[in-house]
Amino acid sequence: MLVYEKNAVSELVSDLTEKYGKKRSSLLPILQEIQQRYNYISDFAQQEVARMLDIHPVEVYGVISFYAFLYDKPRGRNIVRLCKTIICDLAGTKAIADAVKRELGIEFGDTTKDGRVTLEYANCIGMCDHSPAMLVNDHVFTGLDPETACKILREIK
Amino acid sequence: MNTQTELRSPMSQRPHIISKAKDRTGIGANVGIEVNGEKLSVPMGKTILEICRENNVHIPTLCYHEDLCIAGNCRMCVVEVEGMKTLQAACAFPVTGPVKIRTFSNKVRKARKHILDLLLSEHYGECYSCVRNNNCELQSLAKEYGVDGYEFGHVCESRFEIDKTSHAVVRDMDKCILCRRCVRTCIDLQEVGVLEAIYRGYDTMIGTFMDKPLADVICINCGQCINRCPTGALHANDPSDDIWKAIEDPSKHVVIQTAPSPRAAIGEEFGLPPGTSMTGQLNTAIRRMGFDRVFDTNFSADLTIMEEGTELLNRLKSAIVDKDKSVMLPQFTSCSPGWVKFIEHFYPEHLNYLSSAKSPQQMFGAVIKTFYAKEQNIDPKDIVTVAVMPCAAKKFECNRPEMNSSGYKDVDYGLTTRELAKMIRETGLVLPELPKSNFDEPFGEASGAGLIFGATGGVMEAALRTVYELVTGRQVPFKNLNIEACRGMEGIKQASVKLENCVEQFSFLEGVELKFMVAHGTANAKTVMEMLLKGELSDFHFIEIMGCPGGCIGGGGQPIPTSELIRKLRAKAIYDEEASLPVRKSHENPRIKYIYEKFLTDGPCGKLSHKLLHTHYQKRGKFIS
Repeated sequence: MLVYEKNAVSELVSDLTEKYGKKRSSLLPILQEIQQRYNYISDFAQQEVARMLDIHPVEVYGVISFYAFLYDKPRGRNIVRLCKTIICDLAGTKAIADAVKRELGIEFGDTTKDGRVTLEYANCIGMCDHSPAMLVNDHVFTGLDPETACKILREIK
Repeated sequence: MNTQTELRSPMSQRPHIISKAKDRTGIGANVGIEVNGEKLSVPMGKTILEICRENNVHIPTLCYHEDLCIAGNCRMCVVEVEGMKTLQAACAFPVTGPVKIRTFSNKVRKARKHILDLLLSEHYGECYSCVRNNNCELQSLAKEYGVDGYEFGHVCESRFEIDKTSHAVVRDMDKCILCRRCVRTCIDLQEVGVLEAIYRGYDTMIGTFMDKPLADVICINCGQCINRCPTGALHANDPSDDIWKAIEDPSKHVVIQTAPSPRAAIGEEFGLPPGTSMTGQLNTAIRRMGFDRVFDTNFSADLTIMEEGTELLNRLKSAIVDKDKSVMLPQFTSCSPGWVKFIEHFYPEHLNYLSSAKSPQQMFGAVIKTFYAKEQNIDPKDIVTVAVMPCAAKKFECNRPEMNSSGYKDVDYGLTTRELAKMIRETGLVLPELPKSNFDEPFGEASGAGLIFGATGGVMEAALRTVYELVTGRQVPFKNLNIEACRGMEGIKQASVKLENCVEQFSFLEGVELKFMVAHGTANAKTVMEMLLKGELSDFHFIEIMGCPGGCIGGGGQPIPTSELIRKLRAKAIYDEEASLPVRKSHENPRIKYIYEKFLTDGPCGKLSHKLLHTHYQKRGKFIS
């Protein structure tokens, strides 16, 4: 990481600690905002957060590795999460998964070479009554079939 | 209480005290309960586990440890409480009313056996190849509950690579049962914060920041996590194979130095009660094992006192007489390698407060490979020095690149008490039955001041005895030379002694009240450092800090288990032995006088001692790259 990038991260973290307060319970909102800004939370950012909140870096990392929606490594600009739980599975997740993999040319857990999409499985997103369901960034798409799923993916910039 | 400690929760350091009862229904008032049909009257607020332990009712535990806060995650201590739908964890259930408890009903025993079976289903490894064989809490519980098969299966493949990167601590996560004792030790007890549970669910493991190897994170190598691990997941890096090889090699002259704390504790490895001193027997055992010479680290502890005490007097002189603003007071001790690494990481801007004197282990190594080698006509390259220490961090310390002032690696191997006990067992010697023998010359005699280095406050007490006498020409004004203010297990102790009628050389100290402080465990060290940063310690002169709770007797290389009671007994053994010694002041040790006459001729803190006996520190900082 370059020095000016580090300075920018430090500044962001110190602004955020001011915004949310210097207490343990501010950790999650701070991490979420850092991720919104940088797409992931770098090891430097984690240590800055730990320093500002006066906790240990490993505690920050423990939280990040616990939550599936927090990332400690860079990922694609868009993130597609296909629901893998049983209701969606019975409604045909398998076919969608195969179609999506063919469309993007990657496996689940990987990012496309151009950095456009990261593909992942997610646990239940609460859309069982409209299964199968998929999350694209913060948007929910329900009642999918392989064709619509691929069409949605093609439209992502 | 500052904000820092408020942020930490829960605090192992904060004692669980039940306040005095306001009325008959409040916390602290007595209440009648029934345990397995037996009626007891107990104060409200005590946990079921505490009550049962006091009344000799056995409840098995795994995640519970006296030194640590309550976690309640292993569920081994579940008991049946009448009126409760589910089983309750005894360690986390405070009694608040008249309850009936059953500690071994069918339901309880079945639950405990299931818990064990589930733990064993993910516990990879065989007992007979484990360092903790016969001293493993999981193993003994499996025996206690008659586990006769793996009801829920058993892992047959290793899932983790053993982390051997650290000089001191080896992590084998295959054996981890996720009790989080190490996490609570590292975060609460020591406030170092290397270990924490990472990932989630089935993937949960105890890991470091970004799951890096232990050598790459800010571990201070204190080894307290090893002492508290119930299984063999954490253990020390064992150099005994290399040492055996050196002993067998006829061209090598193998010299061993033994620290004061292992003698007070090694008996525990051979079934003796804690606090049995084994000094003489240990010497015999070491000789029979084939070591060429056995020396007493207390000798170099005396040397440390001479150097550190002189350094303190020099600093005081510069501050008072020369009004030198760059002199750093209070002076911190530097004997504990865990503490030294702690300050290098967490307070790198304040390293000037540390005494530049090396620890006794390293001083001895340097003296052996220079003075001793010359006197005995042995080429220092053929000398192998081994140090028996109560400490895991000493393994790191002897591998520091700057520790080669003799031209060779000053101390070749750091060996812990547990590993020495293992080596003795390999020879078939029965330590308690051996005859006693003395240390070898030319370092055969040490003072009691060196001996009490092992307990928290000991360095301070030893230094005061010497400094006070050097300055005033009289003995310290305490009964039998025992400075009680330095002794005991409180986290931070402070006291002062007034310097009056000083000898001419130190007349500048006339009327000065020498203020000192003693802290043990790096959590307390952190509190002291925060006080220093706030300027509250500006009138203090000397501060002793030990990295482990209880000082060296509670070190990370000492026999397992540990508790405050065990540490107190070990300390008592040291103080009792000390009281019977003929020489109890470092500067009166004839061997110390001899070495300053023959070898370190320019005196304490002179040119040669600066080369051999003093060191410098690195600004390590907290950043993990």
